[in-house]
Amino acid sequence: MSTRDITVRVNGAERHGEAEPRKLLSDFIRDDLGLTGTHVGCEHGVCGACTVLLNGDPVRSCLMFAVQANGAEIDTVEGLAPDADTLHPLQEKFQERHGLQCGFCTPGILLTARALLRENPHPGDTEIREWISGNLCRCTGYTNIVTAIREAAGLMSEEEAAAASAPRKD
Amino acid sequence: MPYIGSSVKRIEDVPLLRGIGKYVGDIRRPGMVHAAVLRSTRAHARLAAIDASAALKLPGVVGVLTAADMPGLKTIPMRTGQIDGLERSQQTPIATDRVRYVGEPVAVLVARDRYVAEDALELVEVTYEELPVVTDAHAAMGPDAPRLHDAVPRNVPADFEVERGDVKRALAECDLVIEETFETQRHGAVPLETRGLVAEFDETNGMLTVWGPTKMTHTNWRILSELSGIPQSAIHFIEPAVGGGFGGRGEFYPEDFLIPFAAKHFRQPVCWIEDRSENLKALNQSREQTYRMRLGLRKDGTVLAMDAEILFDMGGYTRTHGGVPIVASSAMLRGPLRIENYHCHAYCVLTNKTPVGTYRSPGRYEANFVRERLLDMAAHRLGLDPAELRRRNMIRPEEMPYDHGKTPYHYTIYDSGDLPGQLEAALDHMGYEELQQRCTDARAEGRAMGVGIGCFVETSGIGPWEYARVEVGNNGGVVLYCGINSVGQGIATALSQIVADEMCVSIDDVRVVHGDTAKVPYGNGSNASRSTVMGGSAAVGACRKVKDKLLRLASAELEIDAGDLELADGRISAKGAPERSLDFAALARLALPGPALAQGFTPGISEEDFFATDKRPFPYGVHVVLVEVDRETGMIEILDYLVMEDVGRKINPMIVEGQMAGGLAQGIGGALLEEFAYDEDGQPQSTSFMDYLMPTAMDVPQGQFISTEDFPSPHNPLGVKGAGEGGITAAGAALANAVSNALGVEITRLPLKPGYLLELVDAKDKP
Repeated sequence: MSTRDITVRVNGAERHGEAEPRKLLSDFIRDDLGLTGTHVGCEHGVCGACTVLLNGDPVRSCLMFAVQANGAEIDTVEGLAPDADTLHPLQEKFQERHGLQCGFCTPGILLTARALLRENPHPGDTEIREWISGNLCRCTGYTNIVTAIREAAGLMSEEEAAAASAPRKD
Repeated sequence: MPYIGSSVKRIEDVPLLRGIGKYVGDIRRPGMVHAAVLRSTRAHARLAAIDASAALKLPGVVGVLTAADMPGLKTIPMRTGQIDGLERSQQTPIATDRVRYVGEPVAVLVARDRYVAEDALELVEVTYEELPVVTDAHAAMGPDAPRLHDAVPRNVPADFEVERGDVKRALAECDLVIEETFETQRHGAVPLETRGLVAEFDETNGMLTVWGPTKMTHTNWRILSELSGIPQSAIHFIEPAVGGGFGGRGEFYPEDFLIPFAAKHFRQPVCWIEDRSENLKALNQSREQTYRMRLGLRKDGTVLAMDAEILFDMGGYTRTHGGVPIVASSAMLRGPLRIENYHCHAYCVLTNKTPVGTYRSPGRYEANFVRERLLDMAAHRLGLDPAELRRRNMIRPEEMPYDHGKTPYHYTIYDSGDLPGQLEAALDHMGYEELQQRCTDARAEGRAMGVGIGCFVETSGIGPWEYARVEVGNNGGVVLYCGINSVGQGIATALSQIVADEMCVSIDDVRVVHGDTAKVPYGNGSNASRSTVMGGSAAVGACRKVKDKLLRLASAELEIDAGDLELADGRISAKGAPERSLDFAALARLALPGPALAQGFTPGISEEDFFATDKRPFPYGVHVVLVEVDRETGMIEILDYLVMEDVGRKINPMIVEGQMAGGLAQGIGGALLEEFAYDEDGQPQSTSFMDYLMPTAMDVPQGQFISTEDFPSPHNPLGVKGAGEGGITAAGAALANAVSNALGVEITRLPLKPGYLLELVDAKDKP
C-alpha cells in the first residue's frame, strides 16, 4: 500500500513521517514518532487511554487516521511537563494525591484534564467527573484523580497569580 | 521518622506521569515482527482443516504456525488450585484437533506489522465440523449434555466437600430454614492494558529473552521451560511496566508459549499485543457461580447450620489456577460468622465458554454476596435488624485465633481481629440508625432509598515462601532483589519503605529490583495480596543478615566489639563515640574481595533470605452503602459508600486506601454493570467496551475509605495482612442488600441491572 507524507507539530516541534492512509494516528505517534506515552487500550474509542490534544482539543488518536492529522498541532503527555526536571502541576498533584496506580490510563487523563483546565480553570467535582468520564481507569476508582485535578487547578491559578504580580523582567 | 506508616509518594510515579514508562507495547527490538493470533470462531467444533496458503502469499507475511508445527505439545499445567481430576481438562497452547470456546488459538500469523498480520488472519481458511454446544453449568452436568473432554464424564472434572459438625441434625433443630438459589455473573479483571509479549531468540548464545511476563514471572519461567524443553538457564524473563493485573493478567496463557515459540522458529524478535476484542475473549474470566443454599437459625437469630451446593462454571478448560475460586468460595462462605455446622459440596463444571481464573477476591466476592444476602433475608423473616443479626453471630475477639475446622485445599484459621468491633465502628461512622430513619422517611414519600451492610473476612499473604536478597552497593546504596512482581500497585514503594527503615537509610538510597529472572533467581509473584506480606517479610530477613555483616565488617575495621556498635543514618558508629564510624560506602570497600579475604570475610555485602509460612493472615472489614433506586427506570444511584478494613499494619496508608478505592470501583462494576454474556451457541456478546461496561467516573461515588491497624498479624515480622482485596470483596453484597432494602425485594442474583430490578418490583407489586 502506498504511503503519504505527514507533517505535524508535536509538542511544539515539527515532525515528519510517512504512513499508509489506513494507519491510525495512535500508531503513527507511537511507532513513527516514537512517543510511546500515548497508550492504546481499546482501539475503538471507548477507553480514552490514547487521548491527545489535536489543535488544543482532546481527541482519541485511535479513532483518527494519521493522514487526517496532517498539518495539525498535537500535544502528547511527553510535552506536558515544562522540562525534564519539573512536573506540570497536574502531574505533581497526581503523584501527591495518588491519582495513578498502574499509570496506563494516566497520559490520556492528564491531557483531558489539561484541556478542561484551559476551558475552565476552576471546575467543580461534577464537571471534572463529566470531563474524565470518557477515560476509563481500572485501578484508582477515580476518587484521587478528581482530587488531584481539583488541586492542580488551584495550584495553577496560584502560579498564574504569582507570575502576574511578579515584576516584569523586560 | 520511620517510613513505615507514612504516606510517602510512590517512587513508580514520575516516569509514568511523564509518559516514559516502558510497557510491553513500548519495547522495540531490531528486526522485530508482529504476531496476530487466529482464534476459533466456534464454541465447540472439530478442526478439520487449516489452509494458510493464501495468507502466506501476502507481501509482508513472515509465516504461519499451527499445532502441526509444534510436535509434542504439552498441556499448560496448574500452578495452584490443584484438585484431583482437573488435570484431565487442561489446555494445549494451540488447538490440536478440537476447539472448545470462541477465542481459542488456532494459528499464529507473523508479519512485518500488525496491520499485515491482521490482513493475513482473514486469508486463513479454517474448516470446522461443528459439535453441540453447552453454555450453562447446570445443563452441562445433565446426562444428555455434549461432553467437552472425553476423559471427563458429566463435564465435572472435579468436585469436593467441606464438612464441619452435623448439618442435617442441626437443620432439623432450627426454627427457621431459608432455602434459596443465588447466582453471580461471569465478569473479570480486564486491566486497561491488554496482554502482550516481546520474545527474542539469540542464536549466538541460545538465549530466549521474553519481555512482558508479570504477576508470576518466575512460575511462568519454569512453565515455559517445562513446555518448551529449553532449560530455565537459557530463558530470560523481564517484567516491564504493567498496566494492571487484578488476577487476570500474568498467568501462563497459550500465548506465553506461542510467542516465544514463534520467535525461536522464525529467528526474529516477535511482538504480540493483544487487542481489546481478543482480550475480552481470551483473558481469564471469573465469578460465574450458582449457589443452592440452606441457612438454619434459631428464633433468636443464632445461625445453627449452613448447607451449600456450588456450581463453578470453568469454561472450556482448566487453566493455571485450577479450582482456586471455588476452593476459596467453599472455605470462606462462612466469612465472619461462627457456624458450627457447615456442609458444602463444590462442583467444577466445564462449558463452551472462555476458561476462567481468578479475579481480585476470587470466590470471596461471590460467597460474600450469598452469605450477606442470606443474613438480610433471615433478619427480615425473624424481624431483626440486619446489623443485630450479624452481631449475634460474628466471631468474637476472644475466640481468636478462630479455627473453622478442616477445610480441604484452604487454610482457615483466622489469625486476629475484632470483627464485631469493626462493624460497630463502621455503623457509628455512617450513623446507621439515622440512615435507616432517612430511608424509612424517603420510602414513605415514595422514594426507594436503602442502606446495605456487607461484612467480610478476606484472606491474603499466601505462602509457601518468598525470596529476597539485599545488597549494599559500591556507593553505599541498598538494593533489594525480590521475587514479587509489580502490576501497578506500588509494591516497589512499599518495599523501599520497609528496607529503608530496617537499614536506617533514606528511601532515596534504596532501589528495588523485581520481575527479572537474570537478577532474581526465585519468586512466587504477586497474587492473593501477598506481595507486602511475603516479599516484605523476606526483605526484613535479608536486611537483618546484611546488618549483621555490616556490623562484623565495622567491628573488624574499627577494632570495636560488635555489641558496642550501632546502626543509624546509614552509618555504623561506636556507641557513645559517633566520630568513630563508617558509612555504607566505606563498608562496601572493605567488603571488596581483596580486603575481605585478607580479613577472613566472604566478599561482598549481599544476603539472601526466604520467608516461609504455611499460615495466612485474614484482613477483615465492613462495607456500608446508601443507595436510591429509580422505581421507573431501575437505575441505582450510590449516595454514600464506606469501606472499612483492618489490614494489620499499614506500610503506606495512601497506597492501602488507594487499593480500597480501586477495589470498590471494580466491585461496583461487578455488582451493577460488567458481564460476559454468551448466546446459546457460545458466541460471546461482550467483546468490546460498548458491551462490556466498566465503571466510569460517573458511576463511582467519591466514597469513604478507612483503614485500621488494630490487630497486627502474628504470622509475619511486619504484622501486615495484605490490603489488595477488601475494597472489592463485599461490594456485591452491600449493594445487593441496599437495593433490596430500597425496593423491599429480595435480590438473589448479580448484576443489579435495571431489567432485573424492574422484574422484582413488578413481581412484588402484583397482587
